[in-house]
Amino acid sequence: MSQVAPGHPLSEGPARARRAMRMGVHWTDRVAHGLLILAGLALALFLLAPMAVILAKSVEDRAGEFVGLANFAQYFATPALLRSIWNSVWVSSLVTVLTLPLAFTFAYALTRSGIRWKTLLRNVALVPILAPSLLAAISFIFWFGNQGVLKPLMGEGQIYGAPGIVGSMVFATFPHALMILVTALSLTDARLYEAADSLGTSAARKFFTITVPGAKYGLISAAMVVFTYAISDFGIPKVIGGNFNMLATDIFKLVIGQQDFAKGAVVAIILLVPVAVTYGVDAYVQKRQSALLSARSVPYVPRRSRGFDWAMAVFCWTLALLMLAVLGMAIYASFVKLWPYNFSFSLDHYRLGLIDAGIFGAYLNSLHLAAWCATLGAAFIFATAYLLEKTRGLDAWRPFVRLMAVLPMGVPGMVLGLGYIFFFVPEGNPLHFIYGTMAILVLITVVHYYSSSHLTAVTALKQIDNEFEAVSASLRVPFWRTFFRVTVPVCLPAMLDISRYLFVNAMTTVSAVVFLYSPRTMLASVAIVNLDEAGDIGPAAAMASLIVVTSALVCGLYYFAQAWLDKRTQAWRH
Amino acid sequence: MDFLVLSHVQKRFGDFVALEDVSLEVHRGEFLCLLGPSGCGKTTLLRIIAGLELQSAGTIVQAGRDISLLPPMERDYGIVFQSYALFPNLSVADNVAYGLVNRKVARAQRAARVAELLALVGLPDSGAKFPGQLSGGQQQRIAIARALATSPALLLLDEPLSALDARVRVRLRGEIRGLQQRLGVTTILVTHDQEEALTMADRIVVMKDGAIEQVGTPSDVYLRPATPFVADFVGKTNLLPAQRAGERRVQVGAQRFECEISATARDGAGLRIFFRPEDVVVRGVHGATPNSAAAVVEKIEFLGAYSRVTFRLNGIDQPLFADLSLNDMAEFHPRPGDTLRVSLPADRLRVFAAA
Ligand SMILES: Nc1ncnc2c1ncn2[C@@H]1O[C@H](COP(=O)(O)OP(=O)(O)OP(=O)(O)O)[C@@H](O)[C@H]1O
Ligand SMILES: [Mg+2]
Repeated sequence: MSQVAPGHPLSEGPARARRAMRMGVHWTDRVAHGLLILAGLALALFLLAPMAVILAKSVEDRAGEFVGLANFAQYFATPALLRSIWNSVWVSSLVTVLTLPLAFTFAYALTRSGIRWKTLLRNVALVPILAPSLLAAISFIFWFGNQGVLKPLMGEGQIYGAPGIVGSMVFATFPHALMILVTALSLTDARLYEAADSLGTSAARKFFTITVPGAKYGLISAAMVVFTYAISDFGIPKVIGGNFNMLATDIFKLVIGQQDFAKGAVVAIILLVPVAVTYGVDAYVQKRQSALLSARSVPYVPRRSRGFDWAMAVFCWTLALLMLAVLGMAIYASFVKLWPYNFSFSLDHYRLGLIDAGIFGAYLNSLHLAAWCATLGAAFIFATAYLLEKTRGLDAWRPFVRLMAVLPMGVPGMVLGLGYIFFFVPEGNPLHFIYGTMAILVLITVVHYYSSSHLTAVTALKQIDNEFEAVSASLRVPFWRTFFRVTVPVCLPAMLDISRYLFVNAMTTVSAVVFLYSPRTMLASVAIVNLDEAGDIGPAAAMASLIVVTSALVCGLYYFAQAWLDKRTQAWRH
Repeated sequence: MDFLVLSHVQKRFGDFVALEDVSLEVHRGEFLCLLGPSGCGKTTLLRIIAGLELQSAGTIVQAGRDISLLPPMERDYGIVFQSYALFPNLSVADNVAYGLVNRKVARAQRAARVAELLALVGLPDSGAKFPGQLSGGQQQRIAIARALATSPALLLLDEPLSALDARVRVRLRGEIRGLQQRLGVTTILVTHDQEEALTMADRIVVMKDGAIEQVGTPSDVYLRPATPFVADFVGKTNLLPAQRAGERRVQVGAQRFECEISATARDGAGLRIFFRPEDVVVRGVHGATPNSAAAVVEKIEFLGAYSRVTFRLNGIDQPLFADLSLNDMAEFHPRPGDTLRVSLPADRLRVFAAA
């Protein structure tokens, strides 16, 4: 036997073939990798770690000893708490069952009828998005509460409890369902209807064989979104729930009222279950739907038909007026001197109830928070999406960052907030110093609303040519130059969308921040909860109105910014 | 040593082998076309040369430097994609200057270079426009100008003409070829259009299923295809199954033809013979002409400068094609049903082993 000397071709051949090839990495690529690692770590720190601590807390006793599933056992042995599960589930189901047909009919009218004023109707229907969810609850109290103007209509009944919760939630979830259904219905291919017409298919049959199946995924998706919203919302049951307990309010009571963190963690985990299920269903459905879309489908142009259009117009305007009645009542009540005794106009709730009471600072804090989220938050989300979609290498790390980006969608704000307390309050955490600052509020708000923003960014990035980065590399231009000179200008409309979305949600969110504010960083939406609890429902209405008006104004500003941008970039956008 | 040398390049996507053992030398200054049917791995090979895709095995040496594992930023090439990938928000001039800005070229010098390149691609006055305001063919030329701005030693083009309509395509073929010859830049162009490859290339690399079938000049590939695949893929072809019937003789159906049989083909069990429609001779053919037979005309297609005659030979149950010049047509005016004596000159018949 002869030994093959090292370096001999025979010894080199197989060894070379076996070793996997690795492309050299340019230093600019290392910059991209470094940034992507940082982004992933940030998401791990501000999403994954707090969630993990909840899990840990749920199996510890008050002293921090490991007790296995004892907390769960205790929880399930407490009938009052168990009832909350049932309450949460049936209320959310009822809200879903009520909202869906209303939103579907409205969306159907907007996409398939010849009614007029569609844009106006659509904008009115989307107004609830601009308000904190508890604005609806406050309005319902003014309409139907003990001193409400329509109290007689309630007979023996009470608005406080399930009826008020369901009513307010239908109002709050309606626009979310509407947007999804409008999209789903606009995607239907007109050629299917032409084919049906040529076969002489009846209108009813067309509706059930083409329209409903075509919007099937949209319906499922909307149902999941409404259910998730309803089961995770905190503001509405807090304000109008009375003694009617739900999971989200239980967490609050256990943590803030009884300081029972272990039990709070248990409820948080229980709340995660239905949300995780609906989230999974929705993710699955979305995947199926994208396969359904064909680029060549022909948009449907509605034909006019008198009777049908009339019916649709009556339906839409009735609904729009009801929504304006809910919104308008809160605003009206904020200007009433002394409900229900003196209905004269006054600015007392603003002047005395907010400014003199020292609560107006909360509104300014909210503006601060919203501004930070809309700028830094939007920039971080977009840049991370860019690094994920358009740079190369670091293949093992990318799936993790992608997961972190879509996970927040499945985490209710209360749960995230609880995780933040558990994680950041202990003195031992080097990041403890951010507790009680504006920074932690910005962080949790951006994380809470991360997923939708991320998906918007990814969609926009996918629409631009995939080879820009390759061309830049061949010209030896580092990626960041192309990012700032080409990607950002091209994606500016999507960035504005993300920014606006974060601004409005930062103004209105309650659940994510209710555990985390300090006296210095009190927020407007949380102030409403506190005012309401103290019985100051007039100032609460005033604060809610301020938020709606601010959100609406800011949306207007974004609209003009968008229009200005369109005009400026008209030369190269077509 | 050749300018670009690929040795044993392989590429797998999971279990799928996109390229198996591709070795290729590209000479300095030459225009090379990668030609092959869809999915044969042309783009993959081009992207490997550009460093946009990493080969699973094999080495690439450019200008004496082993670039096998270098990231794109450290290689020396310009590239034009099928989509052009022009930056929509930058003016044409800024697009062309994109690679210059980074290289600390003085502003005045940069403007001069941009003007020079725009003149070179024949669009001297379009600097202020945006790409969206140009036609497809013009965008294409801007993309080439951008790729050439930094004077790369190698130009890579992936189906640069496929998005254009036929007339523009034919004109741009000539322009790109002329530009390449003036600049002398080594160029690799990917295409699945054989006419494009034949008219533009110094050499053609014909690929099939991730492997090279033949490398040669356009006339090599056209006149002396190395395999039946090349014969069939490039140009119109008559390919017939045949048997060996002697040292220099094959049997096709009931017909026998004289021809050279190469050593490789000789060992195979069956054979295939190949000839081009334009190789069929009708002028001066009589009973004693070697390799001649009586053809029955089946169909005649008028194609401008020539006519394509579909005919059958006795004992061969496969239609054959002959391209006859207008002069031949005027002299013999064949009609469907006519019988015509044709001959297949021995030096034009090529014999392959049956697949
Ligand atoms: N990223 C990838 N993952 C898996 N398979 C791939 C990938 N890229 C290419 N392939 C496969 O490799 C094969 C060769 O692809 P390639 O794009 O090189 O073909 P091509 O010759 O350029 O074809 P065309 O003329 O259609 O552009 C194809 O079968 C393709 O499906
Ligand atoms: Mg290709």
